[in-house]
Amino acid sequence: MNELIDIPSSVANRIGRVQYEQEGGFPVERGYIWTTCASVENGNPLFWDDETSSQLTNGPVAPPSMLSVWFRPHHWSPGLTEPAVPLQTHFDLKDELDLPEAVISSNTNTFHEPVQIGDRVRSRQILRSISEPKTTKLGRGRFWVIDVEYLNQNDNLLGVESYTAFGYRREDA
Amino acid sequence: MTHRLLHGDISVGDMVPALGVDVTATTVVLGALASRDWRRMHHDKDFAVERNGTSDIFLNTPNQAAWFERHVTDWTGPTGRLGRMTFRMNTSVFPGDHMVFGATVTHTEIDATGCGWVDLDATLMVGDVAATTCAIRVAVPIDNDDNPWTRRHDDWCPDFEN
Repeated sequence: MNELIDIPSSVANRIGRVQYEQEGGFPVERGYIWTTCASVENGNPLFWDDETSSQLTNGPVAPPSMLSVWFRPHHWSPGLTEPAVPLQTHFDLKDELDLPEAVISSNTNTFHEPVQIGDRVRSRQILRSISEPKTTKLGRGRFWVIDVEYLNQNDNLLGVESYTAFGYRREDA
Repeated sequence: MTHRLLHGDISVGDMVPALGVDVTATTVVLGALASRDWRRMHHDKDFAVERNGTSDIFLNTPNQAAWFERHVTDWTGPTGRLGRMTFRMNTSVFPGDHMVFGATVTHTEIDATGCGWVDLDATLMVGDVAATTCAIRVAVPIDNDDNPWTRRHDDWCPDFEN
């Protein structure tokens, strides 16, 4: 059985602290809304019909479940030498805890102010907890919880995503 | 205006009509790219098999969220406004699977601000297996003059425990 390293103090000290505050790479736009709706065949007129969105939301809004879309980095952009990854805190933990594999086991998304076309969405990540070592059918590792808070250009809270992940080593590795 | 479900129309135990979808590689890849998820296990079968130990590429979580949202708002109509979703992924969903979304009302409540909430236990089933479960909270109008989308700040409190 693989033995896990202890949690480094540099990692433990980050619990509860804001990290990776960053603005999305582009303002909220309808092309992605329509692509997402197309991907799940969502015909909700709120997202397709201007008259409906004018009546209900005073203009077009994004589906709440798209919250994380607006901060996910481009796979490539000028000057970038490594592919950018979202939820960097998660990947930091994989590296620092020496757990090469990880899955998101659950997450809770809470939606606040509607996301409107043209919004500049800002996100920030907060590591909430890291568990003691656990063994699951995937392997031996640790669970961790990361919150991602989203705000718009007026500092209104748009939503919070809380991720529970399991970082692990495969038993056959 | 299309249909709009009102809070008084809904009771605990009500079931949302099921939604069945045949999953293809396009479903998985389109869903991943629509949610700007470039990770290889959602578009590269060799990587998914060799690195993740799965049998194929699989649906990512943000796209599953979009499927759950679509299922619930097909039922509520456009005045339904999501407040909260809690996912638990049990098994992955692969090309070739037939997924069926279902949901049952578990709780209804009008909060102190007058917002009408409905809680549902939703499932994404593949065969007899609940691949993903999702606890969904959605606000619906309490009458024909109400519109949950107009609520802001202290009048919008989706995070209560019941």
